[in-house]
Amino acid sequence: MSSSIVYAILVTSFATYLSRFLGVISAEKIKETSKWFRWFNCLAYSTLAALIARAIIFPAGVLSESDYLTRLIVIISSILIFHFTKRNLVYPTVFSAIILALLNNYFS
Amino acid sequence: MINSKYFFQGFSCIKKMDSPAIALGTCFIAIGSLLKNLGFSIQESIFSTLLTYALPGSLVMAESLLVGASLINIFLAVWLVNARLYPMTVSLMPLLMHESQPKWKYYLSCHFIAVSAWLIMKSNHEAVEKKNRIDFWIGIGTATWTVAIIGTIIGFLASDYLNKDMMIGLAIVNPVYFSCMMLGAMKTIQISLSIILGAILGPLFFFISPEWSILFGGFIAGTIAFFVGELNVK
Repeated sequence: MSSSIVYAILVTSFATYLSRFLGVISAEKIKETSKWFRWFNCLAYSTLAALIARAIIFPAGVLSESDYLTRLIVIISSILIFHFTKRNLVYPTVFSAIILALLNNYFS
Repeated sequence: MINSKYFFQGFSCIKKMDSPAIALGTCFIAIGSLLKNLGFSIQESIFSTLLTYALPGSLVMAESLLVGASLINIFLAVWLVNARLYPMTVSLMPLLMHESQPKWKYYLSCHFIAVSAWLIMKSNHEAVEKKNRIDFWIGIGTATWTVAIIGTIIGFLASDYLNKDMMIGLAIVNPVYFSCMMLGAMKTIQISLSIILGAILGPLFFFISPEWSILFGGFIAGTIAFFVGELNVK
């Protein structure tokens, strides 16, 4: 193994575990019926929504090579499929992968 | 030590209709392929998913390595993008903690906190008595972790056969899956407002600070949603 890659993996793992570890320590003092718990619950959902919205609108990695409008069309149609298939998660996920690959191939 | 009945009950969540197996698997296929293209060996790729198990963090590490960033820069960039794991842990662990369970279970199993496992546990915790929730959670975490590792291996091995369009197709699965899961979680005013405001403010703050946009957007959106929800209850 290349030492620089191993160090990068170890640093990444430590930076990731730190937030989880500090979360467990903080959670020991918080009751599930408290206002603090409800506030953290809101923060968790809002941060996740922010992350997902950012990943769709300003993506990193390979997704940034696809067209913005195409991504938006695929996301909206997948959500509609999710809604009309009684909240089945398999159909929209499989559909999105196939359609975006095809559209990207067609328009590029 | 770990109650096998609840462990396997949690583990079997991966087979359910709302299973994250496909979304998680495809994302880590993309990661496995990306890591191979960056010059990682198969051992390093597995090691990375095994120890990190957080997709945005792995992406940031890969991009940082590509531009030759220092270890301190990698640490800060990954910590920032994965800081969302802190409120996720604080809002999950009180639901799992029980005085009869040893603390090491919580410190070790917090490694499994990632969006997929977290959303499953949040929507299923009421079906399990509090005493056994941690074993149920370890089952869910082990299942999603295993899928991530298998996905990385498949992505690494299939890298030469995946063209750019296929990679783009795989990369959209994760945002689609999580968007649908978040819509399914919108059951109270506080959570619905948190999700809607977070989805608006996260990208908006990107124009001010790309690095801090998720944290700033999430913090402000969550705090507004909390106060609106509390006022509504009163």
